[in-house]
Amino acid sequence: MALAKLTLHPLDKYLRTDRLPHIWCPGCGIGIALGAMLRAIDRRINEGKLDRNKVVFVTGIGCSARVSFYVDFDSAHTLHGRAIPFATGVKLANPSLEVIVVGGDGDIAGIGGNHLLHAAKRNMDLFVVMITNFVYAMTGGQLAPTTPLKVYTTTTPHGNPEPPLNVVKLVASLNANYVARASITTPHYIEMFTYKALGMRGFRFLEVISTCPEVYGRHIGLRNPVTMFEELKKRVKYKPNPVIDESDIDWEKGIVIGEYVVRNNPSYLDLVKRG
Amino acid sequence: MRREFLSGNRAIAEAAILSGLKFYAGYPITPASDLMEYLAEKLPSYGGIVVQFEDEIASINAAIGASWAGVKAMTATSGPGFSLMAEGVSLAVATETPVVVVDIMRAGPSTGIPTKATQSDVYQARWLAHGDYTIPVFAPWSVQDCYDMTIKSFNVAEKFRTPVVLLSDANIAHMWETLYVREPGEVEIIERKKPSVPPEEYRPYQPGLDLVPPMAVFGEGYKVIVESLVHDELGYYRQDSVTYREMIARLNEKIRRGVGYIYEQEEYWVEDSDAVVVAYGSTARMVYPVVKALRQKGARVGFLRLKTLWPLDEERLWRALSRAGKVIVVENNTGRVYLDVARIAGSARTFFSPVITVDPPKFNEVMEAVARWL
Ligand SMILES: Cc1ncc(C[n+]2csc(CCOP(=O)(O)OP(=O)(O)O)c2C)c(N)n1
Ligand code: SF4
Ligand SMILES: [Mg+2]
Repeated sequence: MALAKLTLHPLDKYLRTDRLPHIWCPGCGIGIALGAMLRAIDRRINEGKLDRNKVVFVTGIGCSARVSFYVDFDSAHTLHGRAIPFATGVKLANPSLEVIVVGGDGDIAGIGGNHLLHAAKRNMDLFVVMITNFVYAMTGGQLAPTTPLKVYTTTTPHGNPEPPLNVVKLVASLNANYVARASITTPHYIEMFTYKALGMRGFRFLEVISTCPEVYGRHIGLRNPVTMFEELKKRVKYKPNPVIDESDIDWEKGIVIGEYVVRNNPSYLDLVKRG
Repeated sequence: MRREFLSGNRAIAEAAILSGLKFYAGYPITPASDLMEYLAEKLPSYGGIVVQFEDEIASINAAIGASWAGVKAMTATSGPGFSLMAEGVSLAVATETPVVVVDIMRAGPSTGIPTKATQSDVYQARWLAHGDYTIPVFAPWSVQDCYDMTIKSFNVAEKFRTPVVLLSDANIAHMWETLYVREPGEVEIIERKKPSVPPEEYRPYQPGLDLVPPMAVFGEGYKVIVESLVHDELGYYRQDSVTYREMIARLNEKIRRGVGYIYEQEEYWVEDSDAVVVAYGSTARMVYPVVKALRQKGARVGFLRLKTLWPLDEERLWRALSRAGKVIVVENNTGRVYLDVARIAGSARTFFSPVITVDPPKFNEVMEAVARWL
């Protein structure tokens, strides 16, 4: 009995443990991101600021979107790219819900890019977490909007001819109340930023730089999860007050994480006087 | 009940409000925009919200999300926007989400003629999306019918946990007629079935005897799973044939079994006729006076109007049509519903007689189309 108790992880209470093992590859960064998010949610719940029964996870399709399989909250695994509009409908229909969107960089900024920018423009009351692994991982390694220039992917076998999209800069240029970036090499910042975002209104966006050793690692010669993690860790720099011009992701010059935008603009719900 | 004078689109909006609509998501498109504009004006005073989204893809997905947050949701569009909603409709099918999609047909394909009506999109209503499914499609022919069939669309969506397509067209949308509207309490409004078990025992896709699973929504402590992948009763993804077969069979069968409730047809002089004309929607408006005129001249001809396009009650339709020697189908397209009628009509000889026009069909055109085969 005591032993059975000991085998429980403190976050198991937020997981559908009967669905484990999860599908993520060994060394994948998504689980680290999820763990950090759940710790932040746990803190908010323990403080009485968040009702566990009011948390809704909405995801699209992709490795990152599989988060909705495992969280023991109300959850929706919807269509590729459409998590944000689905979540918008949820929030507007019942503003008492805390609606969290999790998705890959392709899901959120590629196919769902138009929804992302309109939700940010509206300052829609959602918390969106985008897991950037620089690739379409679930489908086997094709070009993502965040893939760096010249990198090999399965659909750009001669090297990516397109400069990457800086999603943090894009969202910061709109009406979002919160724009931050963290990395799975710094899970405490994922936790801190999630915690903070959950206490705010309006559109809150967190980019989490992640590792996909299985697919992206293979493309860039970092197939070993530990090496890939360490190579990413070397490049990630936290800044207390980063400016948006520092937000370009550059494997040579480094990746600046931190809180890029903290605003208190009226949210969509404030403006339509709901919730 | 009171008399009103409304357009087809306004009648849909009024009936949606009466049915309990609380969330409308849409993107402007002729000839559906005025429906949204009318709702944007009125719905907030009924505690609802109208949002113009960035496109029709967002609109349908937001409506589905709102339905899962526990409210009645609707969107309206026309052919081009409806095409963009295809994947969303399939999500609503797979997740058994009550949602009403109004499609005001215009002339297609592509951008077509935005301001003119045809019946070119009836198969779009039936099989817009990928996947093996059946969803109800209703085809009103008057402003009164727009009103009544909107209430029915919401009731069917809730009762069967399904997307429903209300298929109007540019003629009916902007036609003004008098109609009877209902007061709350004067007409049955159906709400989705809720689970009767506590959260620990709840299986989100376990059906009742009617093959429809009770629906818990977000925020009630049921830890609902909305799953777009093929799933078992728990909502867990499965990749095996047994689960797939069960899911697909049930999604289709719950609608087929409900056909007695969903299906409606209207018969005029069908009993004693040698020939029956079948039509629906705005084309049917002109078939009726044509058949009446033919009868006055002594022809033994009847008229059958389909109010529900799918699922068809094949038994009922067969009983009505097989007595006649001839069945003539008049549609404003190159023969869509005809294919089903020809299959179902039994021993009757069936003729397809299109009236293809972007203006409301004229008496003479329809007379010619019908008389040709008598
Ligand atoms: C409409 C549509 N197009 C394409 C796909 C195939 N697809 C599934 S996941 C995916 C990309 C996933 O990439 P990303 O969003 O970055 O997630 P990751 O797997 O990298 O976490 C694609 C293209 C789909 N499911 N739906
Ligand atoms: S393919 Fe990449 S992103 Fe997907 S689970 Fe494996 S490591 Fe993670
Ligand atoms: Mg990705």
